[in-house]
Amino acid sequence: MDILGAQLVNGLSYGLLLFMITCGLSLIFGILGVLNLAHGSLYMFGAYIAYSLTATYTQSFWLALVVAPIIVALIALAVERILLRPTYHLGHLSQVLLTFGLAYVFHDLASSVWGSNVLSVAVPSSLAGTATIFGQAFPVYRLAVIFIGLIIAVLLWAIQEKTKWGAIIRAGLSDKEMIGGLGINIKLVFTVVFVIGGILAGLGGVVAAPVLGIYPSMEFETLILALVVLVIGGLGTIGGTLAASLLVGLVETFSRFLLPELSMFLVFGLMAVILVFKPNGLLGKQVAHS
Amino acid sequence: MKKKWTMLISIIVVFTMLAACGESAINSSSEAEADNNSKKKSGGGGETIKVGAILPFSGVYASLGKDLSDGMKLYFESVNWEAEGKKIELIEEDTEADPQVSLRRVRKLMDQDNIDILTGAVSTAVAYAIRNDVDSNKLPYLVSHAGGNDLTRSKRSDYIWRSSFSSWQIGHSMGEWAYKNVGKKMYVAAADYAFGREVSAAFKEAYTAAGGEIVGEVYPPLGNNDYASYLTSMRGVKADGVYAFFAGSDAVRFVQQYEQYGLKDKFPLVGSGWLVAEDLRQTIDPAAAGTFASTFWDYNLNTKENKEFVKAYEKAYNRRPTIESLEGYDAARIISEAVTKLGGDVSDPEKVIEAISNVSFTSPRGPIEFDKDTHHVIQNMYITETKLVDGKTENEVIHTIETVKDPGK
Repeated sequence: MDILGAQLVNGLSYGLLLFMITCGLSLIFGILGVLNLAHGSLYMFGAYIAYSLTATYTQSFWLALVVAPIIVALIALAVERILLRPTYHLGHLSQVLLTFGLAYVFHDLASSVWGSNVLSVAVPSSLAGTATIFGQAFPVYRLAVIFIGLIIAVLLWAIQEKTKWGAIIRAGLSDKEMIGGLGINIKLVFTVVFVIGGILAGLGGVVAAPVLGIYPSMEFETLILALVVLVIGGLGTIGGTLAASLLVGLVETFSRFLLPELSMFLVFGLMAVILVFKPNGLLGKQVAHS
Repeated sequence: MKKKWTMLISIIVVFTMLAACGESAINSSSEAEADNNSKKKSGGGGETIKVGAILPFSGVYASLGKDLSDGMKLYFESVNWEAEGKKIELIEEDTEADPQVSLRRVRKLMDQDNIDILTGAVSTAVAYAIRNDVDSNKLPYLVSHAGGNDLTRSKRSDYIWRSSFSSWQIGHSMGEWAYKNVGKKMYVAAADYAFGREVSAAFKEAYTAAGGEIVGEVYPPLGNNDYASYLTSMRGVKADGVYAFFAGSDAVRFVQQYEQYGLKDKFPLVGSGWLVAEDLRQTIDPAAAGTFASTFWDYNLNTKENKEFVKAYEKAYNRRPTIESLEGYDAARIISEAVTKLGGDVSDPEKVIEAISNVSFTSPRGPIEFDKDTHHVIQNMYITETKLVDGKTENEVIHTIETVKDPGK
């Protein structure tokens, strides 16, 4: 019984890590209708910048946790204003191609700056120990990941449901032209949401770096997982993304424990099953379209 | 509308996976082809000895390819790119660690560049893929990394010789030592791919033959990003130690998480040299301390030859050599010495392989020679222990198993 409880904690921590990585992608997709395939690259930049800050400049994980997402947000800002904005009237496919191309450019950029070696970010000393839960030792950092993930989830939910900004964002999700007609600068909303997505990606990169490590092509592996979570959760809902992240985290953790050889297969199998029985995802809403 | 998006995303998932696996989206061979036209005019078999090297310069194995290449260049540089008055020309091609791509590159090296000797291959899948072409074209091929057992067993060819290692040598050498020094019960964890399976099978074979018992085993997928679940189940196991085979980013994550989950104090970690490789350890630090590993070369190997090699390498590249650097260095030396023995005449492939098979010298890794039955290198294996020295980890060679020969079947 103890081991099941322990695996449950593992699954929760992995799931919330996935949530942190995916929520920015989901947010951008929900509001802008842009599938940002460079999201994994923004995540990667977050991790690499955190590495540079902790390994060479300040040695402080906490500073990296603040600074890296800001730098990534600036990159996101540049991408949205310069590259993405002119493509909004061109349709979805051109944005998919643009961001996928960008992912490759960023990939080469990162490998020329940081090389192809495997890197890692050290866990901050205040979170380096282990705690005992269910008679098992857990790294404190993993528990902190659960905590940070939950805070982000609650914050995103509160912003979307309880504030005026959230109301604008929700309205924008349903009908962009109408909200523009009501005198709201929809372009500004798009930029802000894209930058928030960048911050979340950068934050995910920093938080995940001590657990998942930093290595070439990490962004593509992450992107695949994030897209799977997105499909399972339902497109563009934060609640769905949270539910899907936890589901994928738990399925992967328990399948590793029970059927180690099938763990990768089971996650994609789960996606296939969801696609067949709930094509809109777990919590996906049917949004009216003309 | 939503369904359409879901479809599109699903397609992209597949697409991205293929791209991430193959890593072949950007590389073009136009550069290589452009400068090859100029080389063609110089003709084959004349004044220059043409050595083709197929190495991964992009993709997941890129850093291994670079180290192999740097090691080769270091040796060729030291002999001034000459053997018996003939110029040695090294033509490198990027395999992208993709068997299909490699086959095209090898054909290009044979048909357009008219190379005399082929070397390289990091991925065993690549070596298997080009095996038949090499064999039917009678191209002397010195394998400088790919360690799959079958290359010098069921897929053995007259023209293929291996100077690096076999999975069997790596795994088997640890078995008896682990039984005597770690304990009578071991748990095995290895990445689920051919190499991981072969190494752990060889370890199990030697360990059980010595009298040990394998109490459990697990094979996480290659490129697994979180070992939490495996490590939690491992805690409950009644064992004296854990044998692990992981490499690259897997090794970094596994060794770090092994410590984070408090397993290091419970079970000593035993594995192969790649678990605590020179270039990974500065990332893994200090979690790597206390690990025992089997390898055929280590940075801290205390011999005259190794000290000279390390010094020259650090001077040339300003970083520490890795196992792959050493493999490249030795491969270059074997080729050079074979050419010298032939008086510079490499026109007859039968004579070239005969000359390669007779090369033996004391390498930085210790004395090496070829087993004429299996075409595989006979070399010392070392057990290393990773220790903390001034806050940094260093490997120390604590045991030597001399002249280990692959059984060849």
